[in-house]
Amino acid sequence: MSFTASSEQSVPLPHGRRGTELLMLAFALAVVLFAYSAAGLGLTGKLPGLPVDFLVFAAVMLAAHLAVRRFAPYADPLLLPLAVLLNGLGLVMIYRLVQSGRGGNPGYQVAGLPPTAATSQLLYSGVGVVAMVAVLVLISEPRVLQRYTYTLGALGLLLLALPAMLPASHSVVNGAKVWIIFGGFSVEPGEFARLALAVFFAGYLVAKRDALALAGSRVAGIDLPRARDLGPVLAAWAASLLILIFETDIGTSALFFGMFVVMLYIATQRTSWLLIGVTLFLGGSYLTALMFHHVMERFTVWLHPFMGSNPTGIAYQPVQALEGMAFGGLFGTGLGAGQPYHTPLVQSDFIFAAFGEELGLVGVMALLLVFGLLVQRGLRAALAAKDPFSKLLVGGLSFVLALQVFVIVGGVTGLIPLTGITTPFLSQGGSSLVASWILIGVLIRVSNTARKPAPQPIQDEGMTQVVRAA
Amino acid sequence: MNPLELTLVRIGFLAVLWLFVIAAVGVVRTDMFGPVSQRRRRSAGRQATLPRQPRPRAKPVRSARSAPQQLLVTAGALAGTSLVLADEQITIGRADDATLVLSDDYASTRHARLFPQDGQWLVEDLGSTNGTYLDRQKVTQPTPVPIGVPIRIGKTVLELRR
Repeated sequence: MSFTASSEQSVPLPHGRRGTELLMLAFALAVVLFAYSAAGLGLTGKLPGLPVDFLVFAAVMLAAHLAVRRFAPYADPLLLPLAVLLNGLGLVMIYRLVQSGRGGNPGYQVAGLPPTAATSQLLYSGVGVVAMVAVLVLISEPRVLQRYTYTLGALGLLLLALPAMLPASHSVVNGAKVWIIFGGFSVEPGEFARLALAVFFAGYLVAKRDALALAGSRVAGIDLPRARDLGPVLAAWAASLLILIFETDIGTSALFFGMFVVMLYIATQRTSWLLIGVTLFLGGSYLTALMFHHVMERFTVWLHPFMGSNPTGIAYQPVQALEGMAFGGLFGTGLGAGQPYHTPLVQSDFIFAAFGEELGLVGVMALLLVFGLLVQRGLRAALAAKDPFSKLLVGGLSFVLALQVFVIVGGVTGLIPLTGITTPFLSQGGSSLVASWILIGVLIRVSNTARKPAPQPIQDEGMTQVVRAA
Repeated sequence: MNPLELTLVRIGFLAVLWLFVIAAVGVVRTDMFGPVSQRRRRSAGRQATLPRQPRPRAKPVRSARSAPQQLLVTAGALAGTSLVLADEQITIGRADDATLVLSDDYASTRHARLFPQDGQWLVEDLGSTNGTYLDRQKVTQPTPVPIGVPIRIGKTVLELRR
């Protein structure tokens, strides 16, 4: 029979592409090894031996590749290598920051960064990869997740609310009440809540999207849905927003809101949601700035970082970051040769400033492109996905990844007011890293389902044949 | 380590980082347009039937330069799906044996068919409940379909592409 159908294009693809993935993975690991060596060279002036950290990292990532080969053979070949590169460069930067001021290296020690930080970050990478493989094994089809729409929604809200309900000694780090602390162990549940709520929004919107898009009244050229259709989503959103205000974490609340609006937009295909969202967000920001002193301070720091005593006072941290990046210039000082330790919290919120200083604008642009490619592959998987739930889930998750990078990089570089959130894969911190790997797991799972070749038609004669595209 | 070597390492690392990005973009490109060898073969000989796609009884007349090559779904649940046009009719509907199986509540079991005649493609409604529209005109008799003009079936929109 002479009809060929494919869900993507008429050119038949080499479907598996695991060889390409292995090649790109090897390339990514080579870049990471180069970075380790360059950092050692920049710090001490002589070439270090093969770091044990790197060998462990490479072994873990090769294992991840084998797991993808086994459990998601048709997945996008770029998702894993891109994540490995970002995670690896984050590890190198944390290793480099730990080294500064220790063992006779130049600079002074970064506050709040214990000597074991590089090793524990490596450990978290391992945990993250295990979590990713667990996602691949447990969720054989993206639609499996749809069954747990409301369970995961409740779990997400609970995870968000937990730190607010705990006493401060068990929940506050650096003024943000978003942690759960047991003994020496701390988790930031909001990172995982975001994933759970994405599943909830996707499942709920798929069930209700026709009602949301079609029913309802038209007010001033904007189509408003019926209140009862929107109730649960608005309630979930308001609850997460309230909790976040009580936990004094503005960045995360911006991420939730952005994810919510964009998923609503993808589900209903109505531009009016974006307008409503942006208006609500700007209004909300203005009101919170008037109501809360610490929000107003963020605006002051953003607009007038160099005014009066700000550079040594409230704007000390961002000004140090800006000066570091200016010091780095176009090509950077080279890994290990800059002075990123001047910026407080450079290992987490401000890690992008450290990259800006040591890799320069050229390096930072490459990093942003890697993030951009990761998001593009995610959106591509969403486009190619055949069931609306996967489309919505992966579209929302890819967007929130892009938004997270925009909010923190924009904040660090002074484009938008600074909000303290982690840079995915790069920042020090286990919760963020593990959550990012789980996100990669979901993307790999959905892209595998989307790119799987259609089953061969059974019948061999007659005028037509079955093309199961849906 | 002298400063020159440090500078070389520094620039070298940036170069390798960018090479990685370029390689990744190359993979994306292959994903979108197919491997380089196939692309080249495709542009080199349009008339020749491609060895990759065995067409047991393909007629060589099919590649007039202006003839549409594929049927693309531009809206609806199957948006993005494309069918390569051959010399046989394409049936569209919810029936399992249709060439393009729609899961569209507004489509009939055997909704419409597209068939080639005298070098052009015609669309014919097969007595569907909600009708077939060729660019807002309801299709009542077999009608020639120009390239790029939307055919609406329920919530699904199809187009012929070159």
